[in-house]
Amino acid sequence: MENQDIRKELIVSAIENGTVIDHIPAGVVFRVMRILNLEAAKTQVTVGFNLESRKYGKKGIIKVSNKFFENKEINKIALVAPTATLIVIKDYKVTEKRQVALPDEIFGLVKCVNPNCITNHQQVPTRFSVINKEDLKLQCYYCEKITAKNNIDII
Amino acid sequence: MKNRSLVSITDYTKEEYIRILDLAEEFEKQPTQKILEDFVVATLFFEPSTRTRLSFESAASRLGAKVIGFSDASNSSVSKGESLKDTILTVSNYSDIIVMRHPREGSARFASEVSGVPIINAGDGGNQHPTQCLLDLYSIRKTQGKLDGLNVAFVGDLKYGRTVHSNVMAMCNFDTTFHLVSPIELKLPSYVKMHIKNSNLQYHQYTDLSEVMKVADIIYMTRIQKERFSDPIEYEKVKNAYILTANMLEGCKENMRVLHPLPRVNEITEDVDSTPQAYYFQQALNGVYVRQALLATILGVK
Repeated sequence: MENQDIRKELIVSAIENGTVIDHIPAGVVFRVMRILNLEAAKTQVTVGFNLESRKYGKKGIIKVSNKFFENKEINKIALVAPTATLIVIKDYKVTEKRQVALPDEIFGLVKCVNPNCITNHQQVPTRFSVINKEDLKLQCYYCEKITAKNNIDII
Repeated sequence: MKNRSLVSITDYTKEEYIRILDLAEEFEKQPTQKILEDFVVATLFFEPSTRTRLSFESAASRLGAKVIGFSDASNSSVSKGESLKDTILTVSNYSDIIVMRHPREGSARFASEVSGVPIINAGDGGNQHPTQCLLDLYSIRKTQGKLDGLNVAFVGDLKYGRTVHSNVMAMCNFDTTFHLVSPIELKLPSYVKMHIKNSNLQYHQYTDLSEVMKVADIIYMTRIQKERFSDPIEYEKVKNAYILTANMLEGCKENMRVLHPLPRVNEITEDVDSTPQAYYFQQALNGVYVRQALLATILGVK
């Protein structure tokens, strides 16, 4: 256990203050970046993917210096990275560690799968209720159709 | 219910359905009541639907309301590229309630968010058409004298038919046994069946229409559309199996009535029209009373 931690620190350098998002499934690191708008970040961002993880095989990690996320913001990534862990670092110490959690409602992040939905034709921001959190299913507030895990398209 | 939009059948509770049906009964007894003389009803039909529009306009006229609107998007500002939001904002300045039909699913819910006046959804694409559902409930109650303890058969395209889905959802509020008759390809979607199970009710599935003839109190017919089949041979195989003819009615319950949302094509032969079981034209007339009840309730005069 300790060895694993040391190796991880060697691969991706520690941060003084900020947020570490760990245990991201390896294939979705860039989608997480996009959801959190980290491509436009002004602070230092370190990204690693295909790192060894005992629990998940390959994983990704993102470290963002001097940035602390609101729950509402960080929970959006649960859509693509339900296993992600959020770690808050202050003065090199872990002050908070928790799993991301899917919100009950999702606003303007996912495209509705229904091609005839009003949100795909007029300037209407999407809105979904999360009707199944285990086997991800979103119900469109407008057209009432279900967007399921395998056809989620992040706007 | 006053000032509240009606977008989806699930917007109303069981008690609210009953309230509307009771009020519709009053309007059936006395259809002309000038109680909406101070009101303007807008009917915005972004896609044509003559039957539904005339039914609403007849309901509004019988109550003395003024009716404004358009029957086709091509002769309105929509054809100039105006957004739905702008159309609704504008028209809600001119009217007290908006009845709308729109080809896009979810359009009525969106309109209800931006509109200053209540919206009645008269059909949003393949999604919801709650006034059709309420008039069906009214027709079932009127012909059977009750909504509980009935055997209701739905026949035809149970997969894509929005009318069937909303009617099943609504009838789940009552003690209903569902008989679902369809080709394998067009079975009722599992989420609707889940709803039946979660309501502790029973359903039975059939591929043969004759099997439900003796047990059904209501047979709700729908049309099977050729374009729903990926394989045209499959369509040819099943197309005649879901056509109701007068001689099939032999042995049915005396109280049994045949409903259909109309327009029909060939799924009920014309020889059924003159049988006591045929109720589909009366069903359409009931739509006027139900829409009168809705207009009067939402505008707060009843």
